Amino acid sequence: MSHDEYQIHRAKILTPSFIVLLVLTLIGFFLIGVRFVKGIGAVSNMSDGYPWGIWITYDVATGTAIACGGYAMAILIYIRNRMHYHPMIRSAILTSMFGYGLAGFSVMVDVGRPWNAYNFFIPSKWQVNSAMFEVALCVMAYTTVLLLEFLPAVLTTLEKTEWKTLQLFMDRLHHYTGIKRPERMDERLEAVKDLGAWLKPRLDKVLIFVIVLGITLPTMHQSSLGSLLLIASTKLHPLWHTGFLPLLFLINCMFIGYSIAILESVISCYAFKRPYETKELSGMASIIPWLTVIWLSVVIGDLAWRGQLGTALAFDFYSGFFLLEFCLVAGGSLLMFSGKKRQSIRWLFVSAALIVLGGALYRFNVYLIGFNPGKGWHYFPALAELLITVGIVAFEILGYQVLVKILPVLPKLHTRQQLDETHALVEKA
Amino acid sequence: MGNPSRRQFLKLIGTTGAALLVGKGEAAASSETHQVSNETLGMLYDATKCVGCKACMSACKRVNSDYGSLSYEQAKFDSDALWDAPQDLTGSTRTLIKLFKESGRQWSYVKYSCMHCQKPSCVSVCPVSAMTRDTHTGTVDYNKDTCIGCRYCQIACAFNIPKFQWDKAIPQIVKCDLCKNTNLLKKGITACAETCPVGAIMFGKRKDLLAEARKRLQENPGRYVNHIYGEKEVGGTNHLYLAAMPFNKLGLPILKENAPAEFSEKIQHTIYKGFIAPVALYSTLCFVAIRNMKKHGAEDKDSKSGTEGHGEGSK
Repeated sequence: MSHDEYQIHRAKILTPSFIVLLVLTLIGFFLIGVRFVKGIGAVSNMSDGYPWGIWITYDVATGTAIACGGYAMAILIYIRNRMHYHPMIRSAILTSMFGYGLAGFSVMVDVGRPWNAYNFFIPSKWQVNSAMFEVALCVMAYTTVLLLEFLPAVLTTLEKTEWKTLQLFMDRLHHYTGIKRPERMDERLEAVKDLGAWLKPRLDKVLIFVIVLGITLPTMHQSSLGSLLLIASTKLHPLWHTGFLPLLFLINCMFIGYSIAILESVISCYAFKRPYETKELSGMASIIPWLTVIWLSVVIGDLAWRGQLGTALAFDFYSGFFLLEFCLVAGGSLLMFSGKKRQSIRWLFVSAALIVLGGALYRFNVYLIGFNPGKGWHYFPALAELLITVGIVAFEILGYQVLVKILPVLPKLHTRQQLDETHALVEKA
Repeated sequence: MGNPSRRQFLKLIGTTGAALLVGKGEAAASSETHQVSNETLGMLYDATKCVGCKACMSACKRVNSDYGSLSYEQAKFDSDALWDAPQDLTGSTRTLIKLFKESGRQWSYVKYSCMHCQKPSCVSVCPVSAMTRDTHTGTVDYNKDTCIGCRYCQIACAFNIPKFQWDKAIPQIVKCDLCKNTNLLKKGITACAETCPVGAIMFGKRKDLLAEARKRLQENPGRYVNHIYGEKEVGGTNHLYLAAMPFNKLGLPILKENAPAEFSEKIQHTIYKGFIAPVALYSTLCFVAIRNMKKHGAEDKDSKSGTEGHGEGSK
């Protein structure tokens, strides 16, 4: 539970990947500017038949599932009582925070009249029949919860900071422009520090209630993301339109959450040249197949009950995407059932990637591929539309890269041996 | 020590699933269906009477252009800007006449506009109550001042009626509101019905429209397909159709009699009934989490040594 389970990753911030991501981010944000000046039609291929395109399907419906690492880890640690995973949660929460924050941002880009969004806070305008209403409030609340959950990382840093960068900046500013350093600046900075020190123990005390809220809220809105498409009974293909959509979306986000936590750990250990957390990851991987087995059984059972098994095996366009989604999830789970493969980082990575792909494809199938508004309507995202999504994702990765280098987020390397390994890896690079 | 908590967790998933199952059962068994109100206002369009003059289209645009943000459209072929030829209902057009051709001799006009459902999906899904149904008049209306532009109404509508203004920086949804604030207010009748020179559009209370439609079907059995489109579809609509051709050929989809909104609301209501389930979930989780934390505090040293966990994890 202590805060010294985490450490700042000491490395350069301005790397080549930083520049690439920055360029992608800037392109994306420029196109968002175009969208606000010229209308949504100017950058996207959405139409009255396909009013939800890649922004809702990827950034919101799939992006928040991929951002469920924090949710899945919180269940594992606090509800299933596996405290030894605790060092891994902060980086999971950071990615969740970016995922959800940017999903919210994407929604603001996607909706036509964002200035009216304040109506969500006016009770007379509430419309509790709408799954969208539930999703919107829940996602806003959960993003706040994630910020609170991440706050300790900021507060711990605040405790020790000497404001070096800020002091340097003020000196330079004074040097180049002649602007004087504001009087009492040190005093005020000290006050901020004191506030942080005052807040931290108090936050620590109530944090568990915030964390549990952070488990409840995704349970609610991830299922509601499935409920959103319940209404489209005439448009969504029978392979996917079922009363079990909320349940399927809920389980789906859990197994995506654990798989993405594995992927994130493997990728960041690889990228930051840290030793792999094989033991923790294989423990986590042993949970995933059980979740996917429940999910796959519900899918099959439901299809059988509705008499749609034949449709699933028709080998046409829809059946193809259904089988692909099904096989990706099933294949990844089969690999994970093997205890031996779970000990290998490579197999862990492959199977987790298969499951994330399959789980994400399920969401694409429900929101886009299986959605048919009638004759004459077609949709494939425009380049500008895709670049906006790419820009937002690039910003997400960029933010993660920078924040792990200035705040204590990654698990602390404990033993001498681990540290040596890291140094050896860094030197080799 | 892992087993009880795993059981808790599975129980959790089970509860959510059970809630859903109950929801399904209720949806099937429930007798609580919405009431169709035949005193509300609507229109009866008779495709066999329509001569395709499109006077209704121009009347609609003339009357509603300012209030409803409508405008004339220039088609792609129209380089001289001489036509108002919308291809479909759009963000500038609320009503439209099309011509279906079965063969050179067999054809039928068809008019599109909002169906003004008795249990409208768009109203059910709008998160901020920008879509509303007036229970007195039955009119499904849109308020751009609350709309956030999420376009969920477009996803939900089985008739693809609400249209979005894709090319505007300040867009809105466009759909027929039965001239609620324009012609109906001034003259007591919709602009299209008032203008129609051959009486193909009848405006009135739903019960009168239904009676008239039945009368026409009875008096001219050979003239029509024996079906009043909109009487039962998606729980009933206030815009009704008579035609000589199968309705799905005229672009009116074949739909079931139950309203999609009833199905989705039933599931949503079951999960969130009285907000009990979320509160119960939160309290259960709090209980488990705090108990786990306490236990962990007591066994702090054991678990840190890293001896527990992995064996049981891979059961």
